[in-house]
This record gives sequence, structure tokens and C-alpha cells, in this order.
Amino acid sequence: MVETMIEPIDKKTSDLRVSPAQHLHGDFLVAGVTGAFGVRVREEQFLTMVSLRVPVGSADRDRLAQILGAELPARCGEVATGHDVVVMWLSPDEYLVISQSVAGSTLASYLRAGVSEGAAAVVDLSANRTTLRLEGPSAQAVLEKGCPLDLHPRTFATGTAFATNIGRVPVLLWKVDTDSYRILPRASYADYLGRWLIDAMAEFKVLGSG
Amino acid sequence: MILISCPDCGARDETEFHYGGQAHVPYPEDPSTLSDEEWGRYLFYRENTKGIFAERWVHSSGCRKWFNVLRDTVTYRIAAVYRNGEPRPTLDGDSQ
Ligand SMILES: [Zn+2]
Repeated sequence: MVETMIEPIDKKTSDLRVSPAQHLHGDFLVAGVTGAFGVRVREEQFLTMVSLRVPVGSADRDRLAQILGAELPARCGEVATGHDVVVMWLSPDEYLVISQSVAGSTLASYLRAGVSEGAAAVVDLSANRTTLRLEGPSAQAVLEKGCPLDLHPRTFATGTAFATNIGRVPVLLWKVDTDSYRILPRASYADYLGRWLIDAMAEFKVLGSG
Repeated sequence: MILISCPDCGARDETEFHYGGQAHVPYPEDPSTLSDEEWGRYLFYRENTKGIFAERWVHSSGCRKWFNVLRDTVTYRIAAVYRNGEPRPTLDGDSQ
């Protein structure tokens, strides 16, 4: 019988993991447009995302607000800023808690401490979606090619986020700043959406050079 | 394309929604006592209204909640939007 040697993994898991759009990093750089019609896209890897479902009117909401450092958002579009987290409204009883600094397991255990047994759900969904950052003066025009939402600043204010579609892909679209958006597609759609954005950005390269 | 006002998210394009057929079709109190015909009627038989029709929609690319709509099947004009569990609103000149 042949003995199989399994090499021990000496690297930390965090060094080995691959983000859903990592293979597009080079293509994103090449597709970037500078100048008056500028638009760039890059992946923001491995943001922590925890799903929080808690019924309307539940007493847990106050305790969760204390843990998060912010009241749960009250209406569609609202994004609340708390201690090292933001809380995005997804539905009257569903939120997405996003963090750049707190690990998913840690955040989930903090939140679980705030909810009554069986009355709410806290799930670490960090691997469910990735984050594409689209920015530049032409960012809105790129999104408008494939998003049914009204993206005019009159209705889509900075600091709000909505669930919608971009190029047929269901996403969360978060306007972080003027001309700067975070797009959160599910991992398996990241490749398609990344390439869709590259394609939608191409015309601005021509405009910029002309 | 019609614009549908989700009770929670506001007006969005029809493409963000999915259709759920006739509203206010109650689940039988005790399905086991139904005859095959009665069960079949519950499952498959629906009104085919010309005019104002109460129907269900789900905001599938948004909040993923179901709600009810009164829509004119001739003009596609939406006369009212109301939440699940709320009674069907009465409209002017509505015979129901
Ligand atoms: Zn909705």
C-alpha cells in the first residue's frame, strides 16, 4: 500500500483565499478611464457581511441597536453607521451588516448575543457577495446602461443603498459618495458583472481620448 | 413596462417584480375534507376578469415581500396597492 503524504498547510487561510473577482484585477486596471469622462472599477475584497433578520416590532431591536451603535434603518434605502459597521435596509425585517474591520464570526457572535432564542436570525454571509467599487464622473452613466433604478441624484442620494439589478444581475447598489458606488453581486455573478462593467466602460475610453 | 409601487420600496420597474396571480384566494380550512374537484378548483381555477382585478405581486429584486395590487386588465392602470392581510380597497364605480 502506498502511503500518501498530505502536505501540512502552513499558510493561514486568509493568505490562501481567493476573492470572486480576483482574476479580473488586471482587466479592471486596463479598463480604467481617466479625465473628464473617467470611470474606474476595482474589487474591494473580503468585506464582512452578516445577515440580520428580526421581526418588525421585536424587543430585540433596541438591544441590537446598542450592540451595533446605530438604530436599525427604518426605511428602504437607508444605511445606518454604527461602531465599525454599517447596517443596510434590505426589507422591513431584513438587514445586512457590513464591516471592513470586524471578522464575520466575531460580528455574528456579538449580534447573536442581542437576539432572543428563535426570534431572529444572524448568519455570516461574508462569502455570499463580493464588492465592486465603481467611481468616476462617468460611473452613473455606466450604471444607467443596465439598471432599472432611477440613479439621478434627486432620487438616489449619497449614503443610500438599494437592492436592484445591473445587467440582469441582482445586486445591492450603494452610493458611497458622489460618483462613487459599491456594487454587491453574489459571488457567482461577480465574473459576469465585472466583464459587463468593463464592456459598459469602454465607450468612455474613446470619448476621453477624442 | 409598468411602474409598480411596492408598499415598502416605492415605484420600481415591472422587471423587479414577479406576478403571483389572483389575490384573496383563501387556503381551505381543512384540505383533507375536500373532494378532488373542490381541491382542483382551489388549485387551478381563477377568475379571468376584464377590468379591475385584485392580484398578488412580489418585489423579487427588492425587498422580496408579497403585496396586493388592483390593476385594470384592459388598460394596465394600477388603481391601488395594499399590503398582505389588508382588505381589498373599494374604488369609485367598483362593482367588485
Ligand atoms: Zn419592495
